[in-house]
Amino acid sequence: MDLSFTEEQEALKNDAREFLAQRSPNAEVRRLEDDPPGYSPELWQAMAEKRWVGMILPPSYGEQGASFLDLCCVYEEMGRQLTPGPFLDVILAEYLLLDLGSEEQKRACLPLLGTGQTIMSVAYTEPSASYAPGEITLSATADDGQFVLNGTKLFVTNAHIANHLLVVARTRRGVDPSDGLSVFLVPREQPGLTVNVLKTLSSDRQCELTFDNVRVATSSLVGPLHDAWPAVRRYLDRSRVLTCVWSVGGAEYVVEMSAEYAKNRVQFGKPIGAFQAIAHKCADQAIAADGMRFVVYRAAWLVSEGLPADTEISIAKAWTADNYRRIAELGHHVYGGLGFMKEKDIQMYYRRAKAAEVAFGDADCHRQLVADGLGL
Amino acid sequence: MDYRFTASDDDFRKQVRAFFERELPDWWHEVEDVREDPEIYEVSQTIKKRLGAQGWLAMAWPKEYGGAGAMILQQMIYAEEAAYHHAPTGGLGVITVGPAILLHGSDEQKQKYLTQIARGEADFCVLYSEPHAGSDLAALSTSAVRDGGDYVINGEKIFTGGGDKARFGWLAARTDPEAPKHRGISLFVVDMSTPGVRLEPMESMAGYSSYFRTYFDNVRIPKENLVGEENRGWYQLAVSLDFERSGVSRVAYAQRVLQDLVAYAQSTYRNGQLLAKDPVVRAKLAQAAIEIDVARYMAYRVGSLQQQGKPFGHEASSAKVFGTDLSQRIHELAMELLGPYGLLRKGSARAVFNGRYGFEYLNSWAGVFGAGTGEIQRSIIAQRRLGLPRDRE
Repeated sequence: MDLSFTEEQEALKNDAREFLAQRSPNAEVRRLEDDPPGYSPELWQAMAEKRWVGMILPPSYGEQGASFLDLCCVYEEMGRQLTPGPFLDVILAEYLLLDLGSEEQKRACLPLLGTGQTIMSVAYTEPSASYAPGEITLSATADDGQFVLNGTKLFVTNAHIANHLLVVARTRRGVDPSDGLSVFLVPREQPGLTVNVLKTLSSDRQCELTFDNVRVATSSLVGPLHDAWPAVRRYLDRSRVLTCVWSVGGAEYVVEMSAEYAKNRVQFGKPIGAFQAIAHKCADQAIAADGMRFVVYRAAWLVSEGLPADTEISIAKAWTADNYRRIAELGHHVYGGLGFMKEKDIQMYYRRAKAAEVAFGDADCHRQLVADGLGL
Repeated sequence: MDYRFTASDDDFRKQVRAFFERELPDWWHEVEDVREDPEIYEVSQTIKKRLGAQGWLAMAWPKEYGGAGAMILQQMIYAEEAAYHHAPTGGLGVITVGPAILLHGSDEQKQKYLTQIARGEADFCVLYSEPHAGSDLAALSTSAVRDGGDYVINGEKIFTGGGDKARFGWLAARTDPEAPKHRGISLFVVDMSTPGVRLEPMESMAGYSSYFRTYFDNVRIPKENLVGEENRGWYQLAVSLDFERSGVSRVAYAQRVLQDLVAYAQSTYRNGQLLAKDPVVRAKLAQAAIEIDVARYMAYRVGSLQQQGKPFGHEASSAKVFGTDLSQRIHELAMELLGPYGLLRKGSARAVFNGRYGFEYLNSWAGVFGAGTGEIQRSIIAQRRLGLPRDRE
């Protein structure tokens, strides 16, 4: 058993930390909160030039073929800085295309995605807000050599800046709820598709997508008709683990910033960190963050190795969902009234911790999956 | 990174498991305390010696001192299996005393004590806490005064776990009453049969007299029993407490509890519904499984740092707080699922799991306070991991 990253991975992580601290400081994240696109195209370009955007693509598409674990090293640091933008969306789209796409589709899409020239987002959840495959109702029906899509996708991140969407649709309903799912590549500008940006408390960009008789060519079908679930399932696995990894980065930074504040804020003639009421909250943050790290890395490692990881992913997601939020809550206790005000950074983490908590299934959802794993 | 055990680790685990399944009587998991019955105590000693002969009790120690020269991880695998099977262990001799003697003891002391501990021939009890020196351990006042070739010990210790069965005591005593409190403490080995040592039972609410008050009345021990440097004992002790805190055993034990509770939920109907189908019960059991996993990797991390020879102080404190809180929570969950049956003690009519979880529910408090309270651990984490200012002088 070896719980550590390789030297190369540590170097990748350190490089990402330095780069993002410089290029995506909290002040910049704060500025982008109210900026309509919600991300910095310059930083996006710089991340593409650093070869991060396409890092997981194999050499046959001109990239490095980095492992999922390498990706986690970079993405954890984005979580630390709260770097906004479509990085996760594009990476998840790349993986889904690699899993499902025809060679022609891959040749057409992946080089552009990997170099940051096009943006894609996967549209999965619907107004039911459930991740269960049976809840997918957006229909795609064959008609006159085309597919016609009708329905609504909700909570789709960064669809407003995406060139294309990878839409998980229902093409038939069988006894097994996961049967009959198919994936379609749909241009955002396609007639009949409306993208509506929602206002969220986490200052990210989530969208409502309305499909009103959206017609696409049969060549837009990505992967097998009716049988996309195994690949979509892997998409959910990766999404869950990456959300955890993002949380590990943010949680650790909240631990650090809270300790720093406790060392410097003086009340009653002492730094408040000298009072146990504060110091022990900081310690509880550290315990929760340390507890998070290794179950998350284990899930990341299993996914990276292509090993079965259902229960391990749910364990990581359940713990992280509860504890990133809790760590941020404890941070608010340390900061007192000032942390409630926008001028302090802790509130940016608190709001995003809530978003990470509900993304791809909250703790309650994953506890039920863990219970299934226990044979209950 | 590789979260798997190696094939040889897995083989070793199988070997240990097979040993326990073969050697432990089938009622062994129902034993609450070896003091229940002299026969039980005898069985525990026999098994312990057999484990010692295999080099398993103190696996990571060098072979010359009765260990197996194993990696820390292998020792952890052993500790997990032993805890899961409720097997007899080398106790604090292996966890606390041995590592301290390995670090600070003379060659002669290593030869003399380590081998006996590793073979299961001599138990150690730990003599740290006093009536007026608990969390503020450095305030201890038991004195050791040099007199010719001896030290003369006077004072009172409390919470001496297993004092009645121990051949030796591992004693922290004050050797310089003038020095600042952390700098006047030394560590000694005391033969518990020395005249002037007297034990008085302290019965715990869980129901066994496994703890004692230990009185020292002009107890003379040879100066050769000083371990390490005189007046440096506090610093040696702090390191050995780290060893005591890291334990993976409580995690493995919690795993066993969870398995019992899952089986109970799968076979028990309440209000016409199987407990295993109740979403609230499912969520609670799942949460326990999640926390067990979190605790397990916190413990593995400590082991991995230990193996690499890196410091692991605050990591051990995190593992300790989290692990002991977890063992309380899982027994609270057990009691919640068992309802009124949880109150029935061993031997009572209608007792479930022969009363084990009621006992453990009470007994789990021992872990919360032993080797430093949760509050002390949190202060250690705040200072060592986060660099916060000291909260006490």
